[in-house]
Amino acid sequence: MERLDLGALFVHFLALWFVAVGGPSTILPDIHRYVVEVNQLMTSTQFAEIYTLAQVAPGPNVMYVTLIGWQLAGWAGAAATTIPLLVPATTLTLLVGHLNERYPNASIGRAIRRGLTPITIGLMFASATILMRAVNHDWRGYLITLLTVALVLRKPWNPLWLLAGGALAGILGLV
Amino acid sequence: MEQSESPAPCVSRLALFLTFSRITLSGFGGVMFWARRGLVERQRWLTDKEFVDLLTLGQLLPGPNVLNLTVMVGYRFAGWTGAAVSVAGFLGWPCLVVIGMGVLYQHYGALPQVQQALAGMSTVAAGLLLATVVKLVLVLPRGWRPWLFGLLAFGGVGVMRWPLLWVMGALAPFAVAAAWKEQE
Repeated sequence: MERLDLGALFVHFLALWFVAVGGPSTILPDIHRYVVEVNQLMTSTQFAEIYTLAQVAPGPNVMYVTLIGWQLAGWAGAAATTIPLLVPATTLTLLVGHLNERYPNASIGRAIRRGLTPITIGLMFASATILMRAVNHDWRGYLITLLTVALVLRKPWNPLWLLAGGALAGILGLV
Repeated sequence: MEQSESPAPCVSRLALFLTFSRITLSGFGGVMFWARRGLVERQRWLTDKEFVDLLTLGQLLPGPNVLNLTVMVGYRFAGWTGAAVSVAGFLGWPCLVVIGMGVLYQHYGALPQVQQALAGMSTVAAGLLLATVVKLVLVLPRGWRPWLFGLLAFGGVGVMRWPLLWVMGALAPFAVAAAWKEQE
């Protein structure tokens, strides 16, 4: 492992959060690029496992970011990846919230949303492929991933049950 | 199911903190459902329409949409300190929980049984994200515009592995302009 520059980590996450339109899964590919590929601070498999752990925890899905920081550098790392998350939420959100109450029907807001939604989806698809490549080593893994997709689209089950099923499949040696 | 309280015109900071703590700690596998139940049904701080409006706005802005909603609700009812206590309730507990998980992972993550369970769960977690993508694609408007920008974003970030800031900087202005022209 290389030495970690916490300041650079903080600045990188801060910049990412300002373009994270569409939520925390849109910046996953870039976090993976920064942490795994460029700086080689953890393996791709560790990255995917940490993401998964955070999905099991209660709370918003964004908490994987905190856990990555924690894994890299304990409390200081967790702070370096989590605090940037609050900056756009407290500045941009309140500013735009005010504007929105004053001009509730501004069409620029609609154009921004309609324009950025496809980008968000493309980025989330990139996230999903990165996770799949990190965790699936043969056809059985991909089969379970696709089975998960089919179940989510057809059944209104809580995703926790599916994750529990995945854990069981793993322990039984199916993955 | 408990009875919801009477409508509260003035919301205390403690109530904000407790409500957002409750929402986030109930939110296994996503908090959206619990946010609506807590804010609209239990506390009646927001109507259904207000909730959807704030959530849509939260989606438009960078960051997790429910966090943006939390900030806006906290600010609306109790100003800056209201926003701060709401965020503390909403993010504080999950932070502690995931760090607890991080400690366990560092201690036991290398055990073969734990490795196998995590591998199986990760495979499912990738599927959960992929399913979200499929759901979103199904409701995309027709036409070439969404597909073009979606594929360019995927290609740039997911295949070429270019930095997200460059890709967003290059794509976002054109994507918004194209949507704007379509609207006219």
